[in-house]
Amino acid sequence: MPVPPQLRCCDASGCRSAGGQALRSALEGARDAAGLTAEALMIKPVGCLRLCGSGPLVACDGPGPCQLFGGVAPEHAGDLIAASLASGGAALAAHRLDLEDPFFALQRPVVLEGCGQVNPESIDDAIAFGTYAQLHRVLQELSPEQVRDEVRRSGLRGRGGAGYPTGLKWDTVALQPPGPRYVVCNADEGDPGAFMDRSVLESDPHRLIEGMALAAYAVGAERGFVYVRAEYPLAIERLRLALQQARSRHLLGNHIDGTSFNLRLEVRVGAGAYVCGEETALLLSIQGQRGMPQPRPPFPAQSGLWGAPTLINNVETFTAVPAILREGGDWYAAIGTEHSKGTKVFALSGAVVNTGLVEVPMGTPLRTVVEVIGGGVPDGSPIKAVQTGGPSGGCIPAERLDTPVDYESLLELGSMMGSGGMVVMGESTSMPEVARHFMGFSVNESCGKCVPCRAGTVQLAQLLDRFVERRATPADMERLDALCRMVKVTSLCGLGQSAPNPVLSTLRWFRHEYEAACREPSGCVAAVGVER
Amino acid sequence: MSVVTLTVNGQDVAVPAGASLLEATRAAEANVPTLCHLEGLTPVSACRLCLVEVEGSGKLLPACSTAAAEGMVVHTHTPRLREYRRMTVELFFAEGNHICAVCVANTRCELQDMAVSVGMDHSRFPYQYPQRSVDASHPQFTLDHNRCILCTRCVRVCDEIEGAHVWDIGSRGGQCHIVAGLDEPWGQVQACTSCGKCVEVCPTGALFRNSDTTAEKQPDATLPALLRSARDQRRWHNQ
Repeated sequence: MPVPPQLRCCDASGCRSAGGQALRSALEGARDAAGLTAEALMIKPVGCLRLCGSGPLVACDGPGPCQLFGGVAPEHAGDLIAASLASGGAALAAHRLDLEDPFFALQRPVVLEGCGQVNPESIDDAIAFGTYAQLHRVLQELSPEQVRDEVRRSGLRGRGGAGYPTGLKWDTVALQPPGPRYVVCNADEGDPGAFMDRSVLESDPHRLIEGMALAAYAVGAERGFVYVRAEYPLAIERLRLALQQARSRHLLGNHIDGTSFNLRLEVRVGAGAYVCGEETALLLSIQGQRGMPQPRPPFPAQSGLWGAPTLINNVETFTAVPAILREGGDWYAAIGTEHSKGTKVFALSGAVVNTGLVEVPMGTPLRTVVEVIGGGVPDGSPIKAVQTGGPSGGCIPAERLDTPVDYESLLELGSMMGSGGMVVMGESTSMPEVARHFMGFSVNESCGKCVPCRAGTVQLAQLLDRFVERRATPADMERLDALCRMVKVTSLCGLGQSAPNPVLSTLRWFRHEYEAACREPSGCVAAVGVER
Repeated sequence: MSVVTLTVNGQDVAVPAGASLLEATRAAEANVPTLCHLEGLTPVSACRLCLVEVEGSGKLLPACSTAAAEGMVVHTHTPRLREYRRMTVELFFAEGNHICAVCVANTRCELQDMAVSVGMDHSRFPYQYPQRSVDASHPQFTLDHNRCILCTRCVRVCDEIEGAHVWDIGSRGGQCHIVAGLDEPWGQVQACTSCGKCVEVCPTGALFRNSDTTAEKQPDATLPALLRSARDQRRWHNQ
């Protein structure tokens, strides 16, 4: 059956800020002016169409092959309508994006399948796309053990950054003594340069709900929470709407699908503390307490919300689950590398031509991601470094760009996967300044509970000031090194333990920049233009 | 009573099952330092001074909140632990305004004792000299934020023993400070019973009686353990 022509307009935050909403109303006006009905030409708001840097984006599903246009303004509305009807679009040649470009061609959408396809505000559209089909099937056909078995076989690891095996975590929660359990989605994404979770929430909230429902069924939970940061208003609005729609369709609530499975899901909005992405702090925050990390054990899987076993996974982890159940764990495990299976979504930004959302198989070389998919630095100059993992990660130097992106390889380079933020840096970037920027973030976001993080990051930031302002001494270099190691191993939670990472990784790969900032004459000064 | 046996600094010790590593190290007289920990209050592992090395674990573990397990091999005073402890104490000194000579807790201050025990004579980190205030609104007691090290003993004793929960923490990072009530002057917090438990357990001169002057504070850090055991044993029958 031929699909009626339609225009898919990106209505996620990125394109909205580039004027996406004005464009959509102009399109609707132009359609009316052309005497067309909404049925004859659908103008559909959809989620992220990936190439955020060229927004607003519009995809044309006309009689011919799909066409994608970027950077279009309301005055192009008439041309866009014409393009969708006659597969023309010659007038928009300058705005047409090549779908054969590696940016699109090398992507492997699993988590992002529905992103840019479905209307995030319509449950009918999501269901037509296949969302909730796995929930129906699983509830009728599979036992919780079988679901967990499939997830275990898929080799999926936590996409929040640490990479803990998801199947193992689900088993741990499921095998706790009988009693209430909870599922919690960590949507407190806050790394500078990361917008993967935000895009999923804004583009395909029903997919997340399905993933969480499957997880709840697998571990025996009847209640769950999505913890979203308050800085994501559109994501919160759409998630709330999606939950309401799912309840009204009986996909949440009591006796889902006529089975004995019950599930209540709620949104909890974080008040804006980065540390609340740390799971023990997040759980306290959900319970209405101050979000501060707790010593572990006990792990949340044993004792989480109100002392009950609690499953916490990241947005991307839950969102991968429906596809895993549909295609089978072995299918998913066949993608990626031996120890890092499946695909990973990255948010590509910084000094790169193609800024946006990228989903690629694990193990794709970093160079492919930033140079081929990303298109390299806009002025054609070489890449200096790639920062991954936000303030918990580190900078990977250009000479290591052939590293495959997987959990172990990035750790080996002193960085980490993190949640998937990837910031490309050009030649002009000063590494001590980058380190100071991230340390400033950690200083502001430390919860203040433990001393190394609370007071140590302040001292580290001041030491870095000396390097940035080129008034450091070789002794500062030693102090910086020693304090980084101390904060890393003695801090209570992941925030403090990883706060020195941007410094340590830049010290490791770009030590000469720190040495050049030392003003005292010593072996470390080849300093050009440094005042003595 | 079931017992676990473990090795602390090469010495075998037996402790009741469920005991913390801190209790095990104390049984071995290993003298692991603590500031935030207080017997009778929930451990929070915030001061990081009681970190110990456990063979087979890549991480340093806080003795106060880690359970002792059968066969553990624990080291409490390795060179790197000593170095980290000294740095921790230096960070404490550098972040507040600690001037011992004019402090009510001089000679009875746990932070001061800690500096001596880790061999700190000066801080290698520059002092921050933060602008901090003094809350003298309470008729009997005073809170001097300049001397507070945020151990949260006052928060916990008030919540867990007195049951009033007058204290909590406000802000974050270096701006963190103890707040009374809904961040009100202490004297205006109606929930405060003026029991003085917070003052008794404060390790420094941050909380003191108005009558105390330099070096006159006489705190009693054993109070929570005493009260908690008395409560558990129902030693008072008028409840």
